[in-house]
Amino acid sequence: MKTRRSPSMKIDLQRWRMQLVMLLIFGAFIGLVGRLLYMQTFQKDFLVKQSDLRVKRKVEIPAHRGMLLDARGEHLAISIPAAAIVLNAREAEITPAQITQLATGLAINRAWLEGLVRDKKASFVYLRRQVPAEDAEAVMALKIKGVSSRPEYRRYYTAGDTMAQVLGVTNVEDKGLEGIELSYQSALAGVPGLKSVIRDRSGNIVEELDLVRLPKHGHDLTLSLNSQIQYLAYRELQAAFEKFRAQRASAVVLDARTGEILAIANYPAYNPNDRATMTQARARNHAAVDAFEPGSTMKPIFISAALERGIVKPSSRYDASENLVLSGKQIRDTHPKGVITVAEAIQVSSNVVMAKIAVSMDDSDIHDIYTRSGFGKAPGSGLPGETRGQMHSLKSKWKPIEKGALAYGHGISISLLQLARAYTMFANDGLLMPLTVEKRSAPVVGERVISQATAQQVRTMLEMVTQEGGTAPKARVPGYRVAGKTGTAHKLIDGSFAGNRYSASFVGMAPASNPRVVIAVMVDEPSTGVYYAGEVAAPVFSRIMAGTLRFLALPPDAPMQSLPPVRTPVVAEAV
Amino acid sequence: MQIEPGLAGIVREGVRTVFRHADPVLLGLILALLALSTLTVASATSGTYLVGHLINMSVALVAMLMLSHVPPQVLIRFAIPLYVLGVFLLLGVAVAGDVVNGSRRWLNLGVTRIQPSELMRLAVPMAMAAYLHYRQEHLSSRHFALAGLLLVLPVGFILRQPDLGTSLLILASGFFVLFLAGLAWRVMAGLVLLLGAIVPLAWMFFLHDYQKQRVLTLFDPTSDPLGAGYHIIQSTIAIGSGGLFGKGWGQGTQARLDFLPEGHTDFVFAVYSEEFGLLGNLLLLGIYAAMVTRGLTLSYNASGLFGRLLCGAITLTFFTYALINMGMVSGLLPVVGVPLPLVSYGGTSMVTVLLGFGILMSVASNKSLVKT
Repeated sequence: MKTRRSPSMKIDLQRWRMQLVMLLIFGAFIGLVGRLLYMQTFQKDFLVKQSDLRVKRKVEIPAHRGMLLDARGEHLAISIPAAAIVLNAREAEITPAQITQLATGLAINRAWLEGLVRDKKASFVYLRRQVPAEDAEAVMALKIKGVSSRPEYRRYYTAGDTMAQVLGVTNVEDKGLEGIELSYQSALAGVPGLKSVIRDRSGNIVEELDLVRLPKHGHDLTLSLNSQIQYLAYRELQAAFEKFRAQRASAVVLDARTGEILAIANYPAYNPNDRATMTQARARNHAAVDAFEPGSTMKPIFISAALERGIVKPSSRYDASENLVLSGKQIRDTHPKGVITVAEAIQVSSNVVMAKIAVSMDDSDIHDIYTRSGFGKAPGSGLPGETRGQMHSLKSKWKPIEKGALAYGHGISISLLQLARAYTMFANDGLLMPLTVEKRSAPVVGERVISQATAQQVRTMLEMVTQEGGTAPKARVPGYRVAGKTGTAHKLIDGSFAGNRYSASFVGMAPASNPRVVIAVMVDEPSTGVYYAGEVAAPVFSRIMAGTLRFLALPPDAPMQSLPPVRTPVVAEAV
Repeated sequence: MQIEPGLAGIVREGVRTVFRHADPVLLGLILALLALSTLTVASATSGTYLVGHLINMSVALVAMLMLSHVPPQVLIRFAIPLYVLGVFLLLGVAVAGDVVNGSRRWLNLGVTRIQPSELMRLAVPMAMAAYLHYRQEHLSSRHFALAGLLLVLPVGFILRQPDLGTSLLILASGFFVLFLAGLAWRVMAGLVLLLGAIVPLAWMFFLHDYQKQRVLTLFDPTSDPLGAGYHIIQSTIAIGSGGLFGKGWGQGTQARLDFLPEGHTDFVFAVYSEEFGLLGNLLLLGIYAAMVTRGLTLSYNASGLFGRLLCGAITLTFFTYALINMGMVSGLLPVVGVPLPLVSYGGTSMVTVLLGFGILMSVASNKSLVKT
């Protein structure tokens, strides 16, 4: 096969081939143009959408959580701008030196970070949340591919552990977990805004396109709490806790006229700015959420029912020299006093007299006074998880011992908050005040539980408690007349009285001539051998009350430092 | 030659000397292409590769101009020795090459590392054209067969590295030489049949998994959107979302926000399309078409079989590169690692392509000097 071609033939052939080649080339050219035309016109809308899907995102603009303020306008909980630092390990390009910088800058475990980067699996990992703004800026300035930041807020609590349980805390998502942060979540949180942005493959926002809606910032909440009183109460509880080696101690301070909670504290607590100190037990606002068997602090409430029914008068006399046996069980007084009046029975806290009166009353009389004083239902102060406590129902007839025990505060469980609230009826001439943690903007009307006369009679008895011969002279406050009642309860553990485990409580009010403040204190399981409420709880009450009266600048009603005459009936003064 | 007096005269004369052999049309088209390339690479890399790109282009342009001064009768003398050297280097790679990304492509010479397959892009068509040139008075099918052997040997080596893209392109350039030299139609038909037989066999025995995957993904990129199909999906979105007029220079989101990988190298066409749209693409394709037309005209008018074959092959290979790259980026062809000639960032490709055009210019301006 051959061969040789003449030069002319060769050139002709080549021209022919050239033309064929040109034809093929332009065919391919047209094909490519057709493909591009198709993509860039017919498919354009679809592909633009695909492009937007990859880079355009709607992102939330976090709403600023409302501040918590105390009654005087002091900032209690504030939100500070912070950032979450996020790693996209699939896209990350990080040098070992940058890993070190990142780990140091965020104070995170270097080995963990190294593992994430090495695995290249996780496309979204929070390296750290709630990083303070300046730290986040420093980290982002490293410009590491695959590391992005998102704005968020960090909650800061100025009062630290003194208000930890009542205010509660938020989680990293800025949602309330405990306390007021939880119960007022919707008002505080606000509604996040929305904006559309362009994000790169690492997730960083490259450009903000437009605002879909502005964030609705949360409302600030002014509380009834007074941080000075709260601090004082917390400090005194801590002192008592340490002095008596107690399990815990709680206190509630109320504005007697408005039902505003001025302070509600428990010791021990935790530091809300350092979550490592937070345990379930320390986060509980025991004063509101836990019930206990109160003991003698219930006697004034019980006796007011007997006074209202006309069963007794303050001057009625009862023999309290011997123990009383009811339903085969002995009821005894710690220090038998012989024949005493009802008022003296309150002053010395006689169980025998109360039980004797109780057996002559109907079940419903006792049930009624306790229910109307707020026991058996949550106070509704705005704090989360308030306990209702427990009370005998009227379904079956009560045994005499049950009635007797109820008269001196056994067989019922209540919270310290309920107890403090019940005493507002003695402070307000028979009106029980609704409670709140919010600062009141308008006066409220109390609920009448007992008559003005009964309230004043009981208040007089309560004042006797703090005088010579009473159970709690240590509750007195120099310059003021103080009325109150002790309660020492032998703790029931699994149905039987437990060795030497007591709860010591004191609840009272001042100035007794025109009460403005109600304070309830409870010291749980003092373990130094001293457990009488007059020795344990009354001094704590006295110091908190003294400070509160001073902070509120209430005028003294016993200016001469002398004790008021013991039996003088107190007439409500119009001050 | 009259030298004008004064500094301006000396400079003007110097410039004239430097550009004496440069074809003005081709040079103008090349510079237009390089201008578009500079814009696109600058956008795709946010300016970080700009200096490197400018250096690459300068080096390549100087190399092109220098080569344009070398007459074809000198070039033809180097053709066979260059080819032999290239084959030895390929042998060296096969025995002692460095493995990068699973391919054995680089040869470490102690001082520097080179990629001999790049050298062969020019050396293979040169050697074939030279061989056929020497035998032009009595070309027989034996000579075509021998020329074919010159082609198959290095392609075999490069295929084994493995480097499918480069071996296919060298195969194409060699085929263009044979075709332009007058390869019989019957032989071509036979080759097509042979290819038809080889493809299934190659699929089963020779192609690597990643190569098969690339072909399969061509038919359905969404079957593996995060793996092999990722490039194509992202580049399709980039091109299509450019629309008629494009998103504007520096406004392409796909590349600038890191969604499109290799935006400055193999997938530079997607970035260009996203930012300059269909109109920009027509301009780009127009420049390519004009370059091919000019290249084929020059080679058609070249005197001497060597120059004619070599220039035709270089031009057609250039256009093949461009078509394969744009076909791949727009989802018509499987992904083979081929840069867009004169647009993609990368020094080696830039120098190789412009050296080819240097040869083209040399042949075109020296036609009267070659004896026929």
